Amino acid sequence: MNNLKKKKNIKLLQGNEACAEGALLAGVKFFAGYPITPSTEIAENMARKLPKIGGKFIQMEDEIASMAAVIGASIAGLKSLTATSGPGMCLKQENLGFAIFNEIPCVVVNAQRGGPSTGLPTKPSQGDMMQARWGTHGDHPVIALAPSTVNEILTLTIKAFNFSEKYRTPVILLLDEVIAHMREKVEMPAPEDIEVINRKKPTVPPEEYLPFKPDEDGVPPMANFGEGYPYHITGLAHSEKGLPISDSQQIDHFIRRIHDKIQKNIKDILIYEKYLLEDADTALIAYGSVARAAERTVKLAREKGLKVGLLKLITIWPFPDEIINKLAHKVNLIIVPEMNLGQIVLEVERASQGKCRVVPYGRVDGELINPIEILGKIQEQEEIKK
Amino acid sequence: MKTVIDRYIREEMFPHIWCPGCGNGIVLGAIIRAIDDLNWDRDKIVAVSGIGCSSRITGYVDFCTMNTVHGRALPFATGIKMANSDLKVIVIMGDGDCLAIGGNHFIHAARRNIDLTAIIINNMIYGMTGGQYSPLTPTTKFGSTAPYGNIDQSFDLCELAIAAGASYVARGTIFDPRQSTSLMKKALDKKGFSVVEIISDCPVSYGKMNKIKSPIDMLKWIKDITVSKKAWEGLSPDEKKEKYAIGEFLSKDRPDYTELYEEIIKKAQETGGNK
Repeated sequence: MNNLKKKKNIKLLQGNEACAEGALLAGVKFFAGYPITPSTEIAENMARKLPKIGGKFIQMEDEIASMAAVIGASIAGLKSLTATSGPGMCLKQENLGFAIFNEIPCVVVNAQRGGPSTGLPTKPSQGDMMQARWGTHGDHPVIALAPSTVNEILTLTIKAFNFSEKYRTPVILLLDEVIAHMREKVEMPAPEDIEVINRKKPTVPPEEYLPFKPDEDGVPPMANFGEGYPYHITGLAHSEKGLPISDSQQIDHFIRRIHDKIQKNIKDILIYEKYLLEDADTALIAYGSVARAAERTVKLAREKGLKVGLLKLITIWPFPDEIINKLAHKVNLIIVPEMNLGQIVLEVERASQGKCRVVPYGRVDGELINPIEILGKIQEQEEIKK
Repeated sequence: MKTVIDRYIREEMFPHIWCPGCGNGIVLGAIIRAIDDLNWDRDKIVAVSGIGCSSRITGYVDFCTMNTVHGRALPFATGIKMANSDLKVIVIMGDGDCLAIGGNHFIHAARRNIDLTAIIINNMIYGMTGGQYSPLTPTTKFGSTAPYGNIDQSFDLCELAIAAGASYVARGTIFDPRQSTSLMKKALDKKGFSVVEIISDCPVSYGKMNKIKSPIDMLKWIKDITVSKKAWEGLSPDEKKEKYAIGEFLSKDRPDYTELYEEIIKKAQETGGNK
């Protein structure tokens, strides 16, 4: 019996399915969405599974409405999820800004496909990395995570919910079509082994409650609607009480504070993996499904005697400036392979502050970058050096 | 002595932002009186609005309130109601907010028959941005973006709500706040998607551009362009074009969306949800 209990629970899951499983483990109780390739299976899984646990699923009339419903459900107390792809992600942007500005937890999945516009619905891309950072207007912080395996989709979906509840902010999960549709082995964690974080509730009586007054960690406790704490939420610049303001000092303080709550906790938020970087003179920086290819490239390069390592980014936003800066001091060359024409490479350049050469390698033809072509890029750079 | 209104407003938010002669305050008063008459638990009331002059109402009432983004108040409210069906959710919108940018959400909320009460303040113009024509501006009338007269055909909000599947549909005016209060009360009490359109004024934009000189003249104008539902039925097609029928148009019982979803939950739990 004991042996059976200890046996790992292994499942073969599709990436989108793993996302749904992760959300359920994290305590999701509400999903609103709209069909779009390549994210639709997340909605289908949620439609099937949420009512089984007393949760709610609704297919809204569009992506704008889906995002609005998710925010509404979160305010009313349920952990909420929506999932989409490029065109739908564009539509969600205004409401995403509303959620950031009003510090409403929720998780938004973007299974990236080729763009712009309708683009390549069934092919992968990493073209929405900057959209994740700057898609909604105005200065705002954001947390975005990029898994590279189906197993990571599951664990990072849980993480995304935890970050959103802990820091009262939407979290974007950036998949791409490859890992969203791929089937892979997943180790299902036992519920008791999972850390599940729930939003802080107010400890003061309703008449003293200020919905946007932070605790020391920079995050204000959150009362759900219907719990006896009447308060106002508005997309207008607002006071700690939630009421519209025009006082420039208060506005400045508020906007800086919502940035600070992320920066202040950056050590907790940054997730990354280092692979054979100790003695490396060339580093690859990759994320999402390209990180899988990059890892293979490192092995191939090592076989050829080249000292190559990999920094796999998992937290994309906030950006790991310090980690990359340290790496840039150590290596001579950083190559950033990504399925776009150079988005994260710009951030890597900025963070490197000229301490080493930074070279982009991009593809936008809807094909996954393979290990051999990254190796080719490394060898080409070796030639240039000579 | 405190009035009914005083008991429900956020005093610190006053003076309000509305122009002298604006009908929004009359509608706010009617909403509060209707809620007070129903004697609801205040902690369970949620008011949601979009963007525009009318949408500022949510800032002035002391419930759980949410002034969301332009046109999307209904989907925000849908999420709130789905998450907690014990909450009484009131959605306050303007004509542009509800039927231009928010038109799709309006018909779908009605189609689902989700238990929300939509109160639409129809001043037939975009007031906050300075008087542009809306989908409810009557044909031939003027707006800052219709300087030669409006050629658009306007929506009949109530007919649209009925066609789309709402459970309760009525129209009142700021000229008769008592009738408006009573229509709102019935709407709030109705299970399912209920709609009350209130014909209101915007003296500084609509009035100014359409040569209705003062707020008093606007009230008189509202009185002139509206007739009871019964009287409206006796009008010729040409006469109908110039008038708005006032009163209750529809009150029917149909299962609301949240009730239907409870049945889904039951079914999923009974069958294990394999299908």
